[in-house]
Amino acid sequence: MKPDLKGRLKKLLLGRTLPEGLLGRLAIYALLVIIGFVYMFPIIKMFAYSLKDLADLVNPVVEWIPTKLYLENYRTSLIVLDYGNTLLFSLSVTLVPALLQTITTSITGYALAKFKVWGKRVVFILILLTYLLPQQVYMIPKFVLFDRFGILESAWSIIFPATFGQGLSSAIFILIFYQFFRMQPQALDESAEIDGANPYQIFLRIGVPLAAPAYLTAFLFSFVWYWNETYISSLFLGTNVYTLQLKLLNFQSQFNLAVGLSQSVVNEAIRYAATMLIILPVLVVYVIMQKWFVEGIDRTGVTGE
Amino acid sequence: MARHQRRPLKRTVRNNLVGWSMLSLWLIGFLVFTLYPIFMSFYYSLANVVLSGSGIQVTYQGLANYRAAFSTAAGFSFMESVVDFAIEIVIKVPIITVFAIIIAVLLNMDIKLRGFFRAIYFLPVIIASGPVITQLASQGATTIPLVEQMGILAFINETFTPTLARPLADVFEQLITILWFSGVQILLFIAALQKIDRSTYEAAMIDGAGPWESFWKITLPALRSMILVSVVFTIINLATFSENPAIRHIKNNMFALDTGFGFSSAIAWIYFLALAVILGVSVGLISVFTREKVRRP
Repeated sequence: MKPDLKGRLKKLLLGRTLPEGLLGRLAIYALLVIIGFVYMFPIIKMFAYSLKDLADLVNPVVEWIPTKLYLENYRTSLIVLDYGNTLLFSLSVTLVPALLQTITTSITGYALAKFKVWGKRVVFILILLTYLLPQQVYMIPKFVLFDRFGILESAWSIIFPATFGQGLSSAIFILIFYQFFRMQPQALDESAEIDGANPYQIFLRIGVPLAAPAYLTAFLFSFVWYWNETYISSLFLGTNVYTLQLKLLNFQSQFNLAVGLSQSVVNEAIRYAATMLIILPVLVVYVIMQKWFVEGIDRTGVTGE
Repeated sequence: MARHQRRPLKRTVRNNLVGWSMLSLWLIGFLVFTLYPIFMSFYYSLANVVLSGSGIQVTYQGLANYRAAFSTAAGFSFMESVVDFAIEIVIKVPIITVFAIIIAVLLNMDIKLRGFFRAIYFLPVIIASGPVITQLASQGATTIPLVEQMGILAFINETFTPTLARPLADVFEQLITILWFSGVQILLFIAALQKIDRSTYEAAMIDGAGPWESFWKITLPALRSMILVSVVFTIINLATFSENPAIRHIKNNMFALDTGFGFSSAIAWIYFLALAVILGVSVGLISVFTREKVRRP
């Protein structure tokens, strides 16, 4: 009897597999919550501090919950960032290239997946090369080229390369679409062909609608990556046009410009509020579309079969 | 009888026509925005590039820029940043990879709120831009308070030599932001984990394997190819991160008085060479360590 009880207790606590036992289950949740908290710590702190007024900031007792709802930091940041206008410009160098890049990379991926073209291997190697070779290596001639085109300091310098499938991480998106279109059953295309559809119609009527999840995922990732990219964009956009990210990068000087040197200094609460405002648009998109980000990688089959 | 009937084009020809018509957009882009700049960048690196009101003047001058990269102050400070980058890779890539595997394994288990936890662990990918991380770090929000309270930094500084202590202290100070770079990798590993047949675990359990053995004998081998993908992604991601000191040098030297486009192009290529070596060594090491062990009878 005794070993049986012991065995049952052991089974209850440890289980047959780790998540089955009580102890294992507790350990997993504890780990996930603790690491999750550490992971989220900067964001939680940023949010808490962005609501503090000066008195709360210097008060060592007030750590997480401000004594009152103080929105002045956000008001200041909105002015310093010139939020409305800057947001519009930011969207023109993120949403537009993301959309165009998604379209072009999908056409490219489709062509590689469905047609036996000459030089396919070479094209694949070149696409991989564009992924492995950082844009930083060849951005200087691009800068000169764009100067000649007269598109520096304008959204076109970001939009043009994206339109031709040479945008941010284009290679990854081409491979995602390639994988996705390759998995589509050939029989569908063939039956459409028998019905008299030409290859372009097949692409538009069958390929694209069936690939809707891949499109959404590629577009979302593209949008977020463009939103967060500052290195290339700051080179091409120069110092006259600013995206929200670039304003944040130069927050001190932007603050001096907007508020004037005589005013109060930039305290950390204002900086946190500004940072909150920068991440707000992508945060909203993430909250709504979270499933498409997190499950998208799975669904698009980018991980290969 | 001659065949006057219009015959469709041969299948291979038609395939090529249609295929390349769809590839043309990419091809134009590749030629104009990638291939041409790559050649020009290489040419600039071998030339003296002077900006003037009317445009730019490019005069070939051999390897002078590359020599300058190894002999001038600007060159030294760039080289230093490349070495720092290499050290950064050696420290961060294993941390990110191991962390991503652990979190992926935890998130792949049959637990409640799995979607919520996944969303949390992916969130940093959405917001982690250079300026955001810089702001958070400069306000001290990226350091775990415990690290300072427990005196870990002081301990590191006392125990190790300065060359080793600095990168180590950096790791503890920026631990959160380092982990923030593992969002995509976690998803990659989860995708790989979901391809493992659950019955494999059951079979192993019947044979008496515990969770620990199952992890090493079933889970980890299944992640083999994904580890490679994840490491390459991590390295490229770190290499192109906008606050990476090495790539900042490239941009800063473009408009510096004593250097310019030629020198910048040269150090950009040196950076790429260093990156290629780092990638090659990493891929080589991983393939050696994760090679399928052939059992001899």
